[in-house]
Amino acid sequence: MTHGAAVGRLWMLLCAVLFAALPAQADEIVLWHAYQNAEEAALQEAAAAFEQQSGHTVQLAAQPFGSYASKVETAIPRGNGPDLFIASHDKLGKWHGMGLVQPVDSVAEAHTPASVEAMRWQGSLWGRPLAYKTLLLFYDPTKITTPPRTTDEMLVLAREHTVEGSYGLAYQASEDFYHAPWVHGFGGAAYDENGEVHLDDKEHADALSFVAKLALVDKVVPQQPTGQLVAQLYGDGNAAMVISGPWFMADLDREIAAVPLPIVSETGLPARPYLTVEGVFLAAQAKHPVAAAEFADFLSGEAGARIRQATARQAVTWQGLEVDDPLLAALAEQAKTAVPMSADPGVANVFEAQSRALRAVLRGAVEVDVALEDAQEYYGILSKAPPPAVSPIPYILIIVTAAMGALAWALAPLRDPYERARWWKHRWDYLWIGPAALSLGLLVAVPFLTGAGVAFFAHSSGTWTFVGLANFTSIVFSRDWPITSPMSFFYTLAVTVLWTVTNLTLHVGIGVALALMLREPWIRLRGVWRALLIIPWAVPNYITALIWKGMFHAQYGAVNALLGVFLGQTVEFDWFASFARAFTANLVTNTWLGFPFMMVVTLGALQSIPRDLEEAAEVDGASWLFRFRHVVWPLLQPALLPAIILGSVWTFNMFNVIYLMSAGEPDGSTEILISEAYRWAFSRGNRYGYAAAYAVLIFFVLLAYSRGANRLVGKKVL
Amino acid sequence: MARQPAPVTVIATHAFLFVFTVVTLYPVLWVVKMALTPSQAFSMDPWPLPDPATATLDNFRDVINTTYGEDGWLFGRQLLNSVVVSVLTAVLGLSLSTTAAYALSRWNFPGKDRGMAAFLVTQMFPGVVMLIPLYILLDTLGLLDQLLGLVLVYATTSVPFSVFTLKGYFDTIPIDLEEAALLDGCSRWQTFTWVVLPLARPALAVTGLFSFMTAWNEFILAATLMNDATSFTLPVVLQRYVHDYGAEWGHFAAGAILVSLPVMLLFFALQRHFVEGLTAGGVKG
Repeated sequence: MTHGAAVGRLWMLLCAVLFAALPAQADEIVLWHAYQNAEEAALQEAAAAFEQQSGHTVQLAAQPFGSYASKVETAIPRGNGPDLFIASHDKLGKWHGMGLVQPVDSVAEAHTPASVEAMRWQGSLWGRPLAYKTLLLFYDPTKITTPPRTTDEMLVLAREHTVEGSYGLAYQASEDFYHAPWVHGFGGAAYDENGEVHLDDKEHADALSFVAKLALVDKVVPQQPTGQLVAQLYGDGNAAMVISGPWFMADLDREIAAVPLPIVSETGLPARPYLTVEGVFLAAQAKHPVAAAEFADFLSGEAGARIRQATARQAVTWQGLEVDDPLLAALAEQAKTAVPMSADPGVANVFEAQSRALRAVLRGAVEVDVALEDAQEYYGILSKAPPPAVSPIPYILIIVTAAMGALAWALAPLRDPYERARWWKHRWDYLWIGPAALSLGLLVAVPFLTGAGVAFFAHSSGTWTFVGLANFTSIVFSRDWPITSPMSFFYTLAVTVLWTVTNLTLHVGIGVALALMLREPWIRLRGVWRALLIIPWAVPNYITALIWKGMFHAQYGAVNALLGVFLGQTVEFDWFASFARAFTANLVTNTWLGFPFMMVVTLGALQSIPRDLEEAAEVDGASWLFRFRHVVWPLLQPALLPAIILGSVWTFNMFNVIYLMSAGEPDGSTEILISEAYRWAFSRGNRYGYAAAYAVLIFFVLLAYSRGANRLVGKKVL
Repeated sequence: MARQPAPVTVIATHAFLFVFTVVTLYPVLWVVKMALTPSQAFSMDPWPLPDPATATLDNFRDVINTTYGEDGWLFGRQLLNSVVVSVLTAVLGLSLSTTAAYALSRWNFPGKDRGMAAFLVTQMFPGVVMLIPLYILLDTLGLLDQLLGLVLVYATTSVPFSVFTLKGYFDTIPIDLEEAALLDGCSRWQTFTWVVLPLARPALAVTGLFSFMTAWNEFILAATLMNDATSFTLPVVLQRYVHDYGAEWGHFAAGAILVSLPVMLLFFALQRHFVEGLTAGGVKG
């Protein structure tokens, strides 16, 4: 093969890869899902069976779970979505509001009535039910022979099996989804019969007191119980009972049995978990609605249900299939009493407020009554009606005038013939900077300005109203909170500044120190040290952040274990109980992630510094510190300052670490501005406008900072 | 050559490096341990080494041996996607930023300071609000669901850092060499490519690595802009191991190691350039 042909082939391969991801072909049904493993295999099997039977082809596109909802919400309105998508029903209210789904005339009667009801919103059916998920009480049959039927029995068993290192009942007590069964069991509900929310009523207080007793008095529940911890405890034989869902069984070597949740002894009512129903939905703008509906019926119907049950052990909503699996039988039993999860977008605010109280109480920080009163007040603020709509005309006039003024100001120098001549003389210089400027303008500035425009609107269940500056005034004047509250913009700003300054100091200090060490010729294996020390930068930070989170666990974390070795006693230090501790945990993690970058930048920058100057200073008897301050640093500074300033901007917006480590605990006090904006957009009732206003304010804060930074250094850095 | 310091200093420095590296690698060992342990559970045991009796490469095998269609090797396809996107990002990012940085470093054209400030300003836009507008923009340009769209976005994102780093570095290169080249009849472009760029190798290595990593580790945009498993990059595939009700930690860890290895190899290959120093005569004494 000639050289030219080889290059040609390489190009063809490259082009094939670049343009390979073409949209679906015309005769294909596209289905999006976030299933994995057995569930994905069942889907493939069902699709193959349907293709055989109908002659249509089905393309299954597995999407990453984390971005599934946002993908569906972005792609479908633009006509780039699938024909069908699988999702659980609890987002139906929002998606209906956004016009993402098409109605269904009827579904087969063989589905359980509750699952059909879950597919209904505002009187119409919107999807075909597939399977349901709910919580169960799992137990270790090697430890417990008779599973508990009431909470009193459960408590006796749990106390009995709580001994050194093992727990009677392991479950994610601080998550609202796992708390709901107790609320229902004590007679409470998210909404009362009038559709109102009373988080501070007696039922909620009883349920919360019950859990507080389990965790803090009886101590039968492990501390900071994450899903990972519960799974590990059970796998190691250190948990007698577990409250979890069917997913808990997926990768378990240990024998396990399940029963429905117990009856609450105090009330005689069953502890009723939430029921979520997965359905297949026909997307608005589906390209092949008729064929897609046909496949949806097949998948949801008897043939599909049979495959899904056999291959993936799904708890299918189709009744009448033989079930010889005890787990599925227990699920079916539990499903009879389970409470269908509300599809109302507003319910997220109830959960958000409730879990705040739950976490505060389980941390041992406040009494039940106080926490619930606070939660009720918090709910009131979260669910406040959006600001009133205002006329956009004055705003448009102001913006147009301002834009024209800015343009006039920018072009003003051109009236001066001398200036014009200067511009003309340098005209070719702009060609060098043009491509970079153009791409930044198009792909960064335009999306930001568009996104920032959202800040003038309020979003509620898929509808948008123009509210002018209301979002900004609400944030800047701290209308909803005292200025010292962790929820206020200025509190979060102060935390963010502290976060940025401490991080940068550590990143630069450690990075520069290591780089200075690693350039010395007398260091052995320099290349090896350098390569090993950049590993924290090389490993994706979303996994290492989770590792660090595990290391800071109060009971099982490596940090406390090491402290215990030094102090000679068991340390159960709760790293997320106070602001100072949680902030420290975040800081340690981010320093670990951030110093290699500064080290690499410094290593590069050091190369332009001739060693002779330093050596001359050394010969003259200058101390190490003197040489660094007066010889190395001044030469390093020009190359390093941009990295420091950009590094501070990135740290200011370092979302991953905060979100994955402290998640704002305790009570949102370690949240930084960007993660706060994210909460408003995604966990506090989709207030996108409010979140966008936060983003715009972040931008202005950083802009002011960069102006200040120039002055601080005493010259123009950037 | 610098003088050899006292033996105490040498030993103390090596000891410090050793301890520091061990502490740094401790969390990473955990990832390795989970990758080599057959179960998919998250390990919270403080001991960071795998149990040699049960250690297995199964997780790596599972991650690598994924298929699509009749006999397509899915992992290979996704690795190719990642490599193509990241290499093109580095190449495009460097092309955009070296020229801009050179112009900003050498010539005093009107609007230069404002241009520099504008480059920095683009870094201050919080990503939270940009995702959907970017999606709509790429859709309008017909670049949705294409790796080329990703390359453009990533390369653009990496430009400001690269411009500042390169400009800082160009500033330290004495201008005499270029003046000599210009006197010898080189054009500005020739001077730039033949004289300046070879001198700037350490900075090119740093910024190239940075651009590469911008693309290599990103998953939010990639997951949103790409629709099909055959067009995903590796970090998106990793995200698939964290799902609705928990995560497959063994697969996740094995995948994370597979994703990190190329970066470390690249760093190893590039580090010669970070440390080699300037080679041209007349600069180094």
